[in-house]
Amino acid sequence: MTIGPRLTWRDLASEAIAGLFTRPVRTALTVLGTVLGIGALVATLGVSKTAGNRIVGRFDELAATQVSVEPASNGLFGGGPSEEQQRQGAVLPWNVEDRLLRLNGVVAAGALADANVGQALVRSTPIHDPLGQTEFQMRTVAATPGLLPALRGILATGRWFDEGHSDRADRTVVLGAGAARRLNVTRVDNQPAIYIGDDIFTVIGILADVRREADLLNAVIMPSGTAQERYGDLAPSKVVIETEIGAAQLIASQAAVALNPNNPEALRVGAPPDPRTTRRKVEGDVNSLFLVLGLVSLVVGAIGIANVTLVTVLERTGEIGLRRALGAARRHIALQFLVESTAMGLAGGIIGASAGTLIVVAVSASRDWTPVLDAWVPFASPFVGAIVGLVAGLYPSLRAARMEPVDALRAGT
Amino acid sequence: MRLDTPSTVAVNPIVPVVELRDVGKVFASEPPVVALEGVNLIVDPGDYVSVVGPSGSGKSTLLNIVGCLDRHTSGQFLLDGIDVATLKDGQRAALRGQKIGFVFQTFHLLAHRTVEENVMLAELYRRGDRKGRRERAEAALHKVGLDSRLGFKPTKLSGGERQRVAMARALVASPSLLLCDEPTGNLDSKNTEALLDLFDGLRADGLTIIVITHDEAVSRRAQRRVRIVDGILTEDDLTAVTALSRSSGPDVTSPR
Repeated sequence: MTIGPRLTWRDLASEAIAGLFTRPVRTALTVLGTVLGIGALVATLGVSKTAGNRIVGRFDELAATQVSVEPASNGLFGGGPSEEQQRQGAVLPWNVEDRLLRLNGVVAAGALADANVGQALVRSTPIHDPLGQTEFQMRTVAATPGLLPALRGILATGRWFDEGHSDRADRTVVLGAGAARRLNVTRVDNQPAIYIGDDIFTVIGILADVRREADLLNAVIMPSGTAQERYGDLAPSKVVIETEIGAAQLIASQAAVALNPNNPEALRVGAPPDPRTTRRKVEGDVNSLFLVLGLVSLVVGAIGIANVTLVTVLERTGEIGLRRALGAARRHIALQFLVESTAMGLAGGIIGASAGTLIVVAVSASRDWTPVLDAWVPFASPFVGAIVGLVAGLYPSLRAARMEPVDALRAGT
Repeated sequence: MRLDTPSTVAVNPIVPVVELRDVGKVFASEPPVVALEGVNLIVDPGDYVSVVGPSGSGKSTLLNIVGCLDRHTSGQFLLDGIDVATLKDGQRAALRGQKIGFVFQTFHLLAHRTVEENVMLAELYRRGDRKGRRERAEAALHKVGLDSRLGFKPTKLSGGERQRVAMARALVASPSLLLCDEPTGNLDSKNTEALLDLFDGLRADGLTIIVITHDEAVSRRAQRRVRIVDGILTEDDLTAVTALSRSSGPDVTSPR
């Protein structure tokens, strides 16, 4: 292909390259501006994408499958339904398993409430130890059988209670791992007993761990039926639901109606943030700041190219005059400088994209993250760089092309 | 003696390389400067013309107009029979590349390119075959005696060698006209002598040469000598002093 009848693109390219390598250090320093700009942009896009993916990935594991339901004013009064709610009747029922397990997407559901044990202290079978404390103020929780799977709880030993225990109001409890340690209960095969105040209960199991509601590990947990018979009427203060992955948003919208069809507004449903929103928000936070920085450095890079190209044009006035004398038209002169500035931008784009990608990989490697980068980013970067170079070269090229050959020859040697 | 009227040109089968008719050049500064006035000059193929005159007399302006680097403001200028005034900027550039080889006082070589690349540059903007460019450059350098300097950078060469590189560059595209602006201005007498010998050889090959100089030694070697004083051109009669006088006598008359 030729430009006009004479100069070929190949000739033009080799002239431009020769021009760039005339002053290699200056060219390299000029390219550096674009490298920084493009590198910052690519690194920003990559790191924010990686971090966003990472944060959302952590939520996905546990939080994204959890929905909790509490009476709407629970937060204000710090546990238990408000007086108004008690007048209207309990807002949360105990039979949450029946109501919720029908919903498609619910894996497990359970309810809990603090039993009204008053100031009663908890102690194990009395051992007189004058040095150690044997009676403890301990949280006593009433729970439904479905709570264990809903919390992803694991038993260290023994068993969890079932509906039978609750219906019969059996005097059984399950101890959290911390509570069991304090009470010196390590096994259940010998049917150890504990006292809550003056009431005696058999320990049937010890919790090793729960993934949610971690303070239950320091609590005494008894069936809800037992708690109500012993300590009076009690409504659940919280319902915990484990959903299938991706179902949390759906269940959150249905749970309140399922639990309290007459007054769903009285319930506050806590659902995990929509993962897409979270990801976008994280990316948005990181992006907006650094994208601005990247764009600023890109603009600075463009100004650098424009500046250097302009200086080069003025320095090479004699060469421009010579080329005109040898038959170069104005457009040939303009094209040569445009190709030179575009090549600088292109080189900056390529190097910047590589550097930015390396930064993303390095940052990810140092944190054990999976690097995530949209595929189009590194591939679009050289074009962005080339366009920056092209735009930056416009004015200097026009300056060069506008020079009169006579003046240019006289001015330069 | 030929008269430069259109009718004589029509009968004359030889198309002059340069034909200036009543050419003037006024620079539109404030006040306007008249650089050339009523210049008539015909240069036939094979002529070797020197242009002499004091500084500021209009020599360079004449060269710029003949070299299609600048436009005249009145009269008519034909290069190889082409009326340059009717051409657009790009066409004039193409015409320069095609017809004219320039040699400058300051050489105008690209310092960072090799001797060979500098010579090849002359064909860059020229219509023609890309292939054989290198061979033609080497041949041109051979003609000026620089075979051994192909890969050198001009900065490593002496002044005389640099000017011969410039000569090779001017010659490589086989121009109709060699235009030299003070070609010996930066050379010592020995190199000047060698360059003038080269001109003689080229002239013998039939090349048309115009040399601007204020060096008498240079102008003496030319076959014709025109003199510009205050923008007005007159031709010296060299038939008495040069052995290379032409049967047709001087080609240019001044109307004054």
